[in-house]
This record gives sequence, structure tokens and C-alpha cells, in this order.
Amino acid sequence: MSSIAVPRQRERNVLAAAFGFVRYHVLTVYSLLFFAYLLLPIAIVVVFSFNHPVGKFNFTWQGFTWDNWRYWDGIPGIRGAIILSLEIALIASVIATALGTAIALALVRYGFRGRATTNILIFLPLSTPEIVLGASLLTLFLNLNVVFGFWTILIAHIMFCISFAVVTVKARLVGFDRHLEEAAMDLGANEWTTFRKVTLPLTAPAILAALLLCFAISIDDFVVTYFNSGSSVTFPLFVWGAARIGAPPQVNVIGTAIFVVALTAMLANVVFQRRREVRA
Amino acid sequence: MNFFHRHRGLTPYLLLAPGVAWLAVFFLVPLGFLAYQSLQSGNIDFGYAFTWAWGNYWHAIRDYRTQFVRSLEYAGIATLLALLISYPVAYWIAFRGGRWKNLLLLFIVAPFFVTYLIRTLAWETILSDNGFVVNTLQSLHVLGPSGRLLATSTAVVTGITYNFLPFMALPLYVSLEQIDERMLEAAEDLYASKLHAFLRVTLPLSLPGVVAGTLLTFIPAAGDFINAQLLGSPDNHMIGNVIQSKFLELTDYPAAASMSFILMTGILVAVAVYARIVGTEQLTGTAA
Repeated sequence: MSSIAVPRQRERNVLAAAFGFVRYHVLTVYSLLFFAYLLLPIAIVVVFSFNHPVGKFNFTWQGFTWDNWRYWDGIPGIRGAIILSLEIALIASVIATALGTAIALALVRYGFRGRATTNILIFLPLSTPEIVLGASLLTLFLNLNVVFGFWTILIAHIMFCISFAVVTVKARLVGFDRHLEEAAMDLGANEWTTFRKVTLPLTAPAILAALLLCFAISIDDFVVTYFNSGSSVTFPLFVWGAARIGAPPQVNVIGTAIFVVALTAMLANVVFQRRREVRA
Repeated sequence: MNFFHRHRGLTPYLLLAPGVAWLAVFFLVPLGFLAYQSLQSGNIDFGYAFTWAWGNYWHAIRDYRTQFVRSLEYAGIATLLALLISYPVAYWIAFRGGRWKNLLLLFIVAPFFVTYLIRTLAWETILSDNGFVVNTLQSLHVLGPSGRLLATSTAVVTGITYNFLPFMALPLYVSLEQIDERMLEAAEDLYASKLHAFLRVTLPLSLPGVVAGTLLTFIPAAGDFINAQLLGSPDNHMIGNVIQSKFLELTDYPAAASMSFILMTGILVAVAVYARIVGTEQLTGTAA
């Protein structure tokens, strides 16, 4: 018996050693390559924002210039598109977060009839392809003869942001210590005061996270907006239009700017969390 | 006594009402309108009328079967590639990330901070005919002297894979990160090699992440039309391109609406089949 078991054991050891080597060295190298792959297109966006293109295509490197940054709104329509995107993202994220927070509170705090149905209603938009979301809203507006523009875009953005807001706030509320609220009530606070003075401050980080997430999703949205914008042009729609005739380097400038702002916000968050962990 | 105290049972409904109403009016009702539109006949000049025109569905499948199949194919390949590419990295961050975990995760989602269309355009630059990727492949004779990457299915799948990669990597990371390392120690104490510990413990325990990541990647990928439009040729068009042009350029609303429903059904069926397969695999995984 043992004479059979020994070579098998040895074979196993070789395999195990190989696996251990892969885990400890190859894996690290692979991961670094992965991050290079992940960041390559971002680097291209940043680098080509400084390109000085000769023709209409910003595809090959021609020479360095600050001009694209200096004249970031030098392309007709780009400034209006950015302003519209910011307006929509700001209003949509505030309204969607308010509606989503209320839903999250109801789902986590109360047992009521229709809870399961509500949960399904929240998850359905998340699992529907964007093109179907956009197309169905388009048919609604077409059939009701609604004029497409600012309001239809805003309605659409609030719609697809609500579910993201609910999911984000819910995750935080589930791990919430309810004794704190009971304590407030025991000390004579009514439900509204308890909500204002205890619940809201404790959920504030989640609400802020939901706001930022909704803002980011809204400002980046192309598909649903494309179906419901009429003749209004948001920044992604501007990029789409520009891409057909060759996107100008100013598009890269705005892309880089959005990237830097988002990255700074997230880095600040990481540092903040690290500090809190150290203190705790 | 205030209002909330007197009507405690009402509170959840009051909280729900505005958000749920919004979703009902601007998500559910539109789906109804889409269904209604998909069974209409007529044209944009003389108007559409509801005629139970089931023919729209048959015509859509008959005329655009290639695009439907291609969508599921591209989305399937991209999802598989995303899984294979990101699993090792998710593993590396979860078990070896240490105090850098959050920062590394930030790198994973970094592509999302660049506008979707702009990062797809960046791929157009990378894969362009005079770009270094094409030049390198040509000098290695992988591509012929006039070979190109843009306007091929390779470019479209590359774009889709890249654009939805974080949707795959994040759930993978979450499920791997939750694994209690003591389980692996226990496996090794019981004489499992590291490889066996991985196959019998880590992999099965990370399956929920694989399932979540697959769905999160596959669903948006199957409906995508941006990558096919910017990186592909008409030969690579997916069903999203057809729906988009039928709705917004050809104003053939009933055809476009019926295709949207077929796409949704196709995705649901694909997901159901997948859940079936994974479900049984998961069972055998735990049984082994």
C-alpha cells in the first residue's frame, strides 16, 4: 500500500510547491500587469488631453500643448453640455437620494405588507439593461406627447438613481444600533426628534455616499439620456456627437478633469477611513 | 400626540410612497407602454394602431437573429474573459492586499471615474491602425501587414470586457475577502495541499461572487451598443445598435419595442440557464 502512496505524495508536493510559487510571485507580477492594463486607457485620456492634433482625429501623438486646457470651452456647445450635465446630476442625485433614503428606512425599520414586492421593485431597474430602461421611457413620453428635453432627462435620471440610493443607504441601516433610538425615546424624544437628532446624523455618511454615487452615475449616463433628451445635449451626448466627426482634445480635458475630481474625493475617503481605523 | 404616533402603521407607507410612485410611473408603466407599442402596426406618418401584431416579434427574430445571437455571444465571451482576468487579482488583493486593500480597490474602480464614452474612445486610440498594439502585432506577424484591430469583433469584445471589468472584480473581491483564513489553515492541517485547499475551499466559497459578478457584467454587456458603434464595423453590430437605430433614426417604434422585449427575455433565459448550471456545480462542489 505504502509503495503506491509515496510517489503520489511526491507528485502532490511538486504540484503544491508550484502552486505556492504561483501564489507568491507570479500572482504579484500578474496583478501589477493587470493594473497597468486597467490604467492604460486612463493614461491615454490624460496624455492626449495635451496633444496638438494636426487633422481632426486625436489618435496619434503630434506634440505637446497647453492650449486644450487653456481653451477647454473652445469648442461650440461644450460649455452648455457640461453645465446641463452638472445641473441634471445635482438635482437628480438630491431627489433620488431623498426618495431612496425614505424607502431604505421603511424597508429596514418596519414590517409591513408589500415589503417583498417593494424589494423586487427596487431590484428590477438594476437588472434591466439600460437600453430597455431608455426605450420604455421613450415610448411613455412619445405616447403622452411630452416634449423631450431637460425635464425628461431629469425624470429618467432620478428613476435609475433611486435603486442605487436605496441599496447604498440600506446597507448602512442594517448594521445600525437601534438601542440608540430607544434610548432617545426613553429620554422623552418623540419619533420625529429622534429621527432628526439620532437617526439622521448616524446615517449621514451613507446618505452622502448615496449622493455621490447618484451624482457619478447621472453625470456619466449616456444610453438612457440618449433616448430621452430630444435636442438637449449633456456632456456624454456631446462626446458621442463629437466622436462621429473626430473628438477634439477638449473632450479629453474634461474627461481628465472629471477623473481627477472623482479620484481626489475617493482618495480623501480612503485616507479618512484609514485614520478612523487607526484611531479605533 | 403627533401624527406619526397616532398612525404608526402608516409610517412605512408614507416613507415608501414618493419613491415607489416614481418607480411605478417612470419604470413599470413605461414597460407597459413598451409592451403596448410592440404589438402595434402602422408607420410614423399615418400613425400606429394597436392590432395585437405578434408578427413584429417574428419579424424581429427572423431579420435580426444574427444580431441577437452576436449580442449574447459577445457578452458571454466578455463576461468569461472578465472573470478569468480579474479572479487572480481579486484573490491577490483579498489575501495579500494587507493595509493597501482600500487603495487597490480604488484602482479597480478607477476606470469608472472616466466617462464611459471617453474611455471607449481611448480604446479606439489604443487599437487604431497606427497604434503601438497593431504595430507590435504586425511585427510579430500575428496580424498581416494590412491587418487591423479596429472594426473587428476582437476590438468590440476588448472594449466590452474592459468597460464592465469592475462589475466583475468587485463582487469577486467581496466574496474572497469574507473567507475566514482559518478555514484554509484547517484544510492544511488536514493534509490538503495549498492547491487542494484552493480548489476545495476557496473556490467554492467564492462562487457567490462569481455568480454576482457574472450577472452584473453579462446583463449590461448584452444590451450595450456603444462599444460596437465606436470600436466595431456594421458587421459587429449588436442588437442594441439595431434597437437604437430603429427607435431614434428609423422611427419604427413597434419593431424596436418588440426587440427590446426579446432582448430582455433572451437575457432572462441566459441567466436562468446559467443559474441552473452554477446551481448544480455548487451542489457538487459542496458534496465533494
